[in-house]
Amino acid sequence: MGVKKTDIVLLDENGIRCDGRKINEPRRIMIKAGVLKNANGSAYIEFGENKILAGVFGPRDVHPKHLANTDRGIIRCRYHMQPFSVGERKNPAPSRREIEISKVIKEALEPAVMLENFPRTVVDVFIEILQADGGSRCAALDAAAVALADAGIPMRDMVSACAAGKVADTIVLDINNEEDQEGQADMPVAYMPNLGKVTLIQLDGVLTPQEYEKCVNTALEGCKLVYEVQKKALKEKFFGDDAQ
Amino acid sequence: MNVTIIDDLKKKKITALLKEGQRVDGRALDEPRQLVIDTGVIPKAEGSARVRLGDTEVVCGVKVQPDKPFPDLGDRGIFICTAEILPLADPTAEPGPPGEEVIELARVVDRGIRESGMVDLKQLVLEKDKSVIGIFIDNSVTDYDGNLFDACSYASVASVLSCKLPKYNYNEGTVTKVEGEFTAPPITTIPVSVTMGKIGDHIIVDPTADEWACLDSRITITTNDAGNICAIQKGGHDGFTPEQLMQCSKISIATGAKIRDILKKVGRS
Repeated sequence: MGVKKTDIVLLDENGIRCDGRKINEPRRIMIKAGVLKNANGSAYIEFGENKILAGVFGPRDVHPKHLANTDRGIIRCRYHMQPFSVGERKNPAPSRREIEISKVIKEALEPAVMLENFPRTVVDVFIEILQADGGSRCAALDAAAVALADAGIPMRDMVSACAAGKVADTIVLDINNEEDQEGQADMPVAYMPNLGKVTLIQLDGVLTPQEYEKCVNTALEGCKLVYEVQKKALKEKFFGDDAQ
Repeated sequence: MNVTIIDDLKKKKITALLKEGQRVDGRALDEPRQLVIDTGVIPKAEGSARVRLGDTEVVCGVKVQPDKPFPDLGDRGIFICTAEILPLADPTAEPGPPGEEVIELARVVDRGIRESGMVDLKQLVLEKDKSVIGIFIDNSVTDYDGNLFDACSYASVASVLSCKLPKYNYNEGTVTKVEGEFTAPPITTIPVSVTMGKIGDHIIVDPTADEWACLDSRITITTNDAGNICAIQKGGHDGFTPEQLMQCSKISIATGAKIRDILKKVGRS
């Protein structure tokens, strides 16, 4: 995406990363539920430099009708980046990358939503990336899951996502943009924290089997941290400032 | 998507057999189908292969041509891998722009090979920031019986291994091809993709089309020569427990090693 090459130190001798974080420290995460009036459910997330809006409609009638399923509902998901969300203007038409991310986010949400209760209907999840940083698919998923809960759609569990990766031969939590570009591996993971199931996992980059195991476990710890923020956002929406 | 009676019966049979640790075609759960690779099937392509993985068949060709490098990657050659399902491969396949499944297929196949660093792209530079060699790998699925991820990946790897790289000279902005001179592409490792499906709590390797229709979820893991993991993609409408993820990584390393031996024979011939 046209990033200029600089000699940044990804990990210094004190174990501090290029943005000042420790190896197991996530970026700042802020989620607000119920930010849109018209959507049935919505959420806004700031995850590092990511700024993402998610809106959910449904369960509602499926158009076109042939997409409807007689025994269960379906989810449709659109992950879309605004042209101004990245350094160089992005063509607003959906790219192959966005189509793939839309698909993996949909499949990461599906296990959590009780679609069998809503045959012949669709739940539409729209995600707009207003500003992109590393790990936008995880942040998008976090917002989408909160938006689904905000819409009151029955769910088995929350879906919490966070990436881990390998930077300067070290497994670190929550890869930022520089670490994604210059690092050795990036592994986004989504997790249902109460059911203990991983609903999204991808990997770019080389890991030994031991590093792989550590990387999965690191990402899962991150997902658990995100889960707390998601719960807080929903409590604030439904119980106001009284929520702890 | 449209559940017919036949599909329903097949599904019940596949699930029932799995409970006894069996599969409809008699394979072990971690056993891939027979892999047959013919290379050099398209002489006009610099590299090519026809791969049969059970009844899934893929034809793959590699074209090599000089190109301008990507603006931010002036010190690297170009490597692009695509995949498409031809309309003659399956009754449900249609011509036209690719859907999300096909886009995912192409991107996962590309990512596995790219992330492994199979081809050393730094050796494909004719003139830094000005001219590089591009390797374009195009997969066409000609017959569908499940697991296109692995079939296309093996076809791509076999095509690259069999590829002859023409020699090019760069001189003040013009690139000329040296007729009749070829080198082997700069290969650093042989990536092997292994796709596993989950039905209930059973993990099966290399699902057929019938099994594919029953999958709760699937995962594709690509490993390199050293037995390290270079790419992962999970799909499907269910999740994996962390323990199952570890199990899948072990299966992919063990199965990958066996398939790598088959692919290595292509490199030698």
